[in-house]
Amino acid sequence: MKQARTLFDKVWDSHVIVTREDGESLLWVDRHFVHEGSHHAFRQVEARGLPVAEPALTFGVADHYVPTRNRPAIDNPEIAGMVERLSANAARHGFRLFGLEDPDQGIVHVVGPEQGLTLPGLLVVCGDSHTSTHGALGAYAFGIGASEVAHVLMTQTLWQRKPKRMRIRIEGTLAPGLSAKDLALHVIRTIGADGARGHALEYAGEVISALSMEGRLTLCNMSIEAGARCAMVAPDTVTFAYLQGRPLAPEGEAFDRAEAVWRGLASDPDAVFDRDIALDASAIAPLVTWGVSPEDALPINARVPDPAEETDPARAGYLQQAIDYMGLEAGMRLEDVRVDRVFIGSCTNARIEDLRAAASVLRGRKAIVPGLVSPGSSRVKAQAEREGLDLIFREAGLEWADSGCSMCVGMNGDLVAAGERCASTTNRNFRGRQGKDARTHLMSPAMVAAAAVTGRLTDLRKLAGG
Amino acid sequence: MERFIHLEATTCPLGLANVDTDQLIPARFMSRPRSEGYGRFLLHDLRFGPDGQSLGFMLDEARHAGAAIVVARRNFGTGSSREAAVYALWDFGIRCVIAPSFGDIFASNAVKNGLLPAQVSPEDAETILALLEGAEHPRLKVDLEDLRIEIGHRSFPFAIDAVRRLQLLNGWDDLDLTRRHAGEITAFRARRIAEAPWILPG
Repeated sequence: MKQARTLFDKVWDSHVIVTREDGESLLWVDRHFVHEGSHHAFRQVEARGLPVAEPALTFGVADHYVPTRNRPAIDNPEIAGMVERLSANAARHGFRLFGLEDPDQGIVHVVGPEQGLTLPGLLVVCGDSHTSTHGALGAYAFGIGASEVAHVLMTQTLWQRKPKRMRIRIEGTLAPGLSAKDLALHVIRTIGADGARGHALEYAGEVISALSMEGRLTLCNMSIEAGARCAMVAPDTVTFAYLQGRPLAPEGEAFDRAEAVWRGLASDPDAVFDRDIALDASAIAPLVTWGVSPEDALPINARVPDPAEETDPARAGYLQQAIDYMGLEAGMRLEDVRVDRVFIGSCTNARIEDLRAAASVLRGRKAIVPGLVSPGSSRVKAQAEREGLDLIFREAGLEWADSGCSMCVGMNGDLVAAGERCASTTNRNFRGRQGKDARTHLMSPAMVAAAAVTGRLTDLRKLAGG
Repeated sequence: MERFIHLEATTCPLGLANVDTDQLIPARFMSRPRSEGYGRFLLHDLRFGPDGQSLGFMLDEARHAGAAIVVARRNFGTGSSREAAVYALWDFGIRCVIAPSFGDIFASNAVKNGLLPAQVSPEDAETILALLEGAEHPRLKVDLEDLRIEIGHRSFPFAIDAVRRLQLLNGWDDLDLTRRHAGEITAFRARRIAEAPWILPG
């Protein structure tokens, strides 16, 4: 009898070219996404004088540095140079580019699934840690550094050691108004920012089955913030329905043949995981981060931790430094924390469902702080405009911009000013992430919208009730 | 790639937990060409004020001048895949980071550039930090052949994946290893496309 395998095992096995005696495997890469920040890798390729091995499996996306206003002009010459270099590399090596003026441009982790480029069972890599996002479709997807990007460009392969397998089953029902972002923050605060380190993570359970593809993408996206090597959801009817009719997905009979294979990818019932964790979604309240790591998340009705109550001196020191950086006071109510601006965007939470959730809170209301909305892709932007969501954001007083990584990482100049506090749908509340000395609170799109209305961290459920 | 066998050097007991890659090198510096050197960008916003003046961060203290080793608390290098975080450490002169845990992508990037991520137990990290903080000349000896860290007469074990250890010891380059498998790659490609033709999009 064949040994029972997990979803991850099956995808791994189908990509192993060779395994060395020391346990390292050479893996075949089905999809390689590059962006304008991949310039270090292209320089390594040039230095070797080698061609790109598989241009048909390589896709370029301009997202990290692109402006979100007044396109296609790029005022900053350094950024213009990077975007031009990506275009030049795409032309020279002959791979498809989703450039600044392409109606399909967007954030790479939104574009891949949206175009039907990300498919179940594929091995997907990109020089960006949030590549874990693509695992929502049942792909083995992970971020790599510049040296590995160069290696994939030149060989379409990567050396990897097989990670351990970890499953998180989430049962129960998510309360109304809560979303995949709350699930993600709950997972991270439960297991820690390095809780899934060295593991391939699979999400399962009734909450995951009921989750939309957008929600699954958010959850897998944030899994890198728990240190996971990758995160996956077994392909099911939600996945297949999502993929049908995508521009670059297989069509007709070809789709049916693929789907028959994809249906066999789910973990075998008796497959064994190195770690298996069960969580109850019913007990989750809306979560926000108060500190400088995504694990610093608490229910909105909680208080900022008090280092004086901490027995471990190193932990107390960490808490105090985080509180100081964030400009908070130990023990203060999170609901009393005032924000200076909001941001709705990023590969985490800027898909159409996210924009709808935020717009439903803002409909007929005014934001009392400034804010920026940057859709996850130009297609999402067009869809939102067809639905009139842009008008809701604009009438609430928020700025409706073009698509890119924008204020999640601030590389394009969309920055939170020093000392300012931003309620953000993004993925990292690291020191300086949204700008030097900027303070970031992570939360769901609906919670960001609620914060925009009141000017402070707000329990969405209270806003809806009154 | 430069080989790493052993190193005895001034060591900075950084002691911070969750040193993410946005702190190691803030994103705004990453469009710069490497030829300028990335050392000044290392932990930039902890080290320099708004006018570029030194904030007297421990890395810049006289007693840590010339440090080639840093010791941190858990989850060092967490966050983005930016290899520039390793470039910043390397160009500053750091060749080894000791911590109880590392971000996976960071650890991989480190080894590919010849920088050793040495994993110690959380208890040993605390002891090493305390010894360094109390030392007049904070120095460590790191031996990758024996997987030991020595400070004075104290010795601590550290861990690193066996393959990564060999890569560092020998200065191996991945690409050279991969090219030995060119024939197998070609055969695999044909089989993969036959079995899963949908990998070729459109």
